[in-house]
Amino acid sequence: MKLLEYQAKEVLSSLGIAVPPGAVARTPDEAAAAYARLGPVAVKAQVPVGGRGKAGGIKLAHTAEEARAAAQQIIGMDIKGFRVPLVYCETALDIAREIYVGFTVDRDARANVLLLSAKGGMDIETVAEESPEAIARLHPNPWRGPLDFELNRLAFDAELGELVRPLSAVIKKLYRAIPDYDALTAEINPLVVTRSGDVIAGDAKLEIDDNAAWRHRDLEEKYGSVIEGDPYEVEAKKRGLTYVSLDGEIGIIGNGAGLCMSTLDLVQRAGGRPANFCDIGGGAKAEVVENALAVILMNPRVTGVIINVFGGITRGDEVAKGIVTARDNLQMKLPLVVRLSGTNEEEGRAILKQHGIEPGVNAWASAQKIVELTRAGART
Amino acid sequence: MSILLDGSTKVIVQGITGREGSFHTEQMQALGTKVVGGTSPGKGGTSHLGVPVFNSVADAVKATGATASGIFVPAPFAADAIMEAAAGGITLIVCISEGIPIQDMIRVKDFLQGYPQARLLGANCPGLLVPGQAKIGIIPQRITMPGHIGLVSRSGTLTYEVASALSARGMGQSTIVGIGGDPVLGLTFSDVVQLFEKDADTTHLVLIGEIGGSDEEHAADLLARGSRLKTVAFISGRTAPEGKRMGHAGAIISGNHGTAKSKEEAFKRAGVVVAETTDDIVGLLR
Repeated sequence: MKLLEYQAKEVLSSLGIAVPPGAVARTPDEAAAAYARLGPVAVKAQVPVGGRGKAGGIKLAHTAEEARAAAQQIIGMDIKGFRVPLVYCETALDIAREIYVGFTVDRDARANVLLLSAKGGMDIETVAEESPEAIARLHPNPWRGPLDFELNRLAFDAELGELVRPLSAVIKKLYRAIPDYDALTAEINPLVVTRSGDVIAGDAKLEIDDNAAWRHRDLEEKYGSVIEGDPYEVEAKKRGLTYVSLDGEIGIIGNGAGLCMSTLDLVQRAGGRPANFCDIGGGAKAEVVENALAVILMNPRVTGVIINVFGGITRGDEVAKGIVTARDNLQMKLPLVVRLSGTNEEEGRAILKQHGIEPGVNAWASAQKIVELTRAGART
Repeated sequence: MSILLDGSTKVIVQGITGREGSFHTEQMQALGTKVVGGTSPGKGGTSHLGVPVFNSVADAVKATGATASGIFVPAPFAADAIMEAAAGGITLIVCISEGIPIQDMIRVKDFLQGYPQARLLGANCPGLLVPGQAKIGIIPQRITMPGHIGLVSRSGTLTYEVASALSARGMGQSTIVGIGGDPVLGLTFSDVVQLFEKDADTTHLVLIGEIGGSDEEHAADLLARGSRLKTVAFISGRTAPEGKRMGHAGAIISGNHGTAKSKEEAFKRAGVVVAETTDDIVGLLR
């Protein structure tokens, strides 16, 4: 789960990191009220993606009317596929310098990595490409976190030696987001040093590991419902499905992440465009198939569906019966191609055929078939 | 011959009395795996599926001389189970459990540095199987047959798909290894490729990768330095968009890192044949 900026700042604040005074506004009136309390503010779109500024999602307001107008414009905007549910009105800082500090997972090292750079306020990936020497790195021990001497060296490596004390203090607090909240990314960019010498988090990014959601039910309850994601992904999550929305027309169901991904690739190779990724896991149980089909059929762009099931231990005839039942219960009229393989696959295919569902010979032929059927459907 | 495991390896199952543990222990026994015991805290002294149950891995190792373990415990307990296995003296730890928090695995990886003799496979993997001899994990033996092709993959069902296609054409496998779909893993593609390289009975290699991370690129670099194996690689996720996790926690493209294109190009540069579809793999191996 990627937290919104104001949520991440609440978490950082609870860890003892200074953040600017701010207020959430769900309506233009609330933004005007925030101005009345805070004075001049930046009105910022709250979406779990970067590039808000460029998309027009951040505006400065010097009067209550400007705050109201900014909120009016920004709330409801679409930024990279996310509808903006609310804005965060935050006191503008008197910036002397901007620093980058962040933890993320370094997959190659199988460790967390702490990055520190004097080039704050820019996208760290851009800095890494353009001037990699400007980023100092440390892999902290995952049981005890970064030590003082390590942070000392890091600060000097980043040519921020004069700020070693305040930086170490902030970094140690930020590190707590890893053991306390299972953060995969905990980033402050920029970390602002004000003209009066205060060190304050200008922006904040926190991504919490979904695998650890059971340890952080409180975060999910408090923040999860505010983030307005893709409606099909939200529905799929409610139904316990592993589902990702894509922008094509052919609905895709597979068992196993790799098999499902390769089915998307085959559909694309056959000239179609996948509408989604949906992994129904090992058993391919009838109820799960029905849930998956139900979510896919919610999407009006979908013109056909392919189901690719490799049954290791699962019986093909049972999977086939489940698919037929799901289709009938949902009164599905769109073309459906099913590729079944595994125990009792012959019986499974016979059942599908009896019920007017096209059984595919193999994955590639099935992908070609669904593309052909949806094209024919588009013509008639 | 095979890598990592054979019919004489003494195996215990952590979580043997659970539903998953029980079911798969029976399957492992049916193939001929030498399962010598299992653990289930509080059930020590009882027996289950014809083997003794112990309260801890240390007890099980002491009593049975087991060197390998399969872990079938729920994700919240899996990281501890891996560390218990290593500390208990197990040298091949196979963790099937799915959904272990990444920070738990990062701590596990650090812990395992204190046990250099312990190898971890997984987590979130189907395990490994030596056709006709033994398996630890959940790979169905029905679709496998003994032979000379080494198979290593990040995906469970794609492994089954490819093993099944190979077996159907009489092309047997030496060992099938699923390294798992998590971002922080035990054995990597490179580790497994090196093991196959040393296994005289393996002549061909099929490597099934997917988007995310750069383990495939590292394996390609390794193969580029010279290999006696005839290798075919396949990468899934060409159509995956940036920034979305495709089912596996590790299957995610970050920025321009971890794309299928980068992996395919790395293999091509290394002189490894890249299959366009899994159906093509069989033909390309011949």
